[in-house]
Amino acid sequence: METDSDKGSKMPLAIVFGLIFGFLLQKGGVGKYAVIEGQLLFQDFTVVRVMLSAVLVGMIGIYFLHKNANTKLHIEPTQVGANIIGGLVFGAGFACAGYCPGTGAAALGQGDIFAGIFVAGMIVGSYIYAEASAFLNKTVKSWGDKGKITIPQVLHIKSGIVITACTLLFVGILLSLSKVQ
Amino acid sequence: MRTYTDQVKYAFIILFLCTWSPAFAEASQSTVYTAGAWSPYVVGALIGVLSWCTFFFAGKKIGVSSFYASVSGLIGKAVAPQHTMGLAYFKEKPPAVNWEFVFALSIFVGAAIAAITGGEFGLRGIPPMWTQHYGTDHNVLYGVLGFTGGILAALGSRIAGGCTSGHGISGTLQLSVSSWITVICMFVGGVVVARLIY
Repeated sequence: METDSDKGSKMPLAIVFGLIFGFLLQKGGVGKYAVIEGQLLFQDFTVVRVMLSAVLVGMIGIYFLHKNANTKLHIEPTQVGANIIGGLVFGAGFACAGYCPGTGAAALGQGDIFAGIFVAGMIVGSYIYAEASAFLNKTVKSWGDKGKITIPQVLHIKSGIVITACTLLFVGILLSLSKVQ
Repeated sequence: MRTYTDQVKYAFIILFLCTWSPAFAEASQSTVYTAGAWSPYVVGALIGVLSWCTFFFAGKKIGVSSFYASVSGLIGKAVAPQHTMGLAYFKEKPPAVNWEFVFALSIFVGAAIAAITGGEFGLRGIPPMWTQHYGTDHNVLYGVLGFTGGILAALGSRIAGGCTSGHGISGTLQLSVSSWITVICMFVGGVVVARLIY
């Protein structure tokens, strides 16, 4: 989809933000094969620590930006069948390779040359998806299509309350994780 | 309508309010984290702040997987233009060197800068975790799993509508139902398959 952000003026931001994201992924150690596999085997909690801290800080900020500064949200439609099947398939790939799309890029950047095999697989897999997209749109992607919905809408609770509850939950998990390696 | 100055003012107030988060996590930690050069809490919190910036300044969320789809589409367009552009997915999302493409490409460079400046850059082959478990006779299997993993991760991302960045971080922080379902399933699938491998 061609949007304003693709028309040149916002492109420098793509470079700056991409550089920062790659820099942070490398500094966090999540580009390492053993860190990803270690998380899935519950031996290393780095990935959960990074993700929960990011979601915690991100969610509070985006809530205020949306509420007070008219910042637009970018929510993907809920397609229950596709979300479950896609999530499971992704997870299987994540475990096979020990990389995900972002951390695989970071891994290759820091010199892990075999992450290149994963990157090649991602490109081939994307084309396979495109080949199957007409069929998948009619099947998996149409099962349980609920549109762009959020947890506060489904529960009929104000966003601020859900954010507060999530904040307390995440802080609790992060604090208890600080007791394990 | 609020003015642009107001928006910037709000952004900085939020930036200030949220600086407690890494400080709090740092103060509470009793163990030394060795996976990365920086504390995972600090890295996570900074990714959170980065997500405000992408939303506020660029009108974009952090996401990576669509980059690979664009690369595959651009290669397909060069090799078999009519066939590629006839596919439903590429009709809906034409492959292009767009914002997401440039963002994702910059990740490789950003990680290289971090590794070089931090003394962690080096050309490394098969991870020690693999050879400790499987020895050195199963290197081909490692490659096959890496490639298959890439294919599955791409299929999963496109079916679910995002990856660990687009759904796992950007979607969950917006409290999107699709992202919470997807990220839970990603870890369920990942935990099961990781146990089969190790």
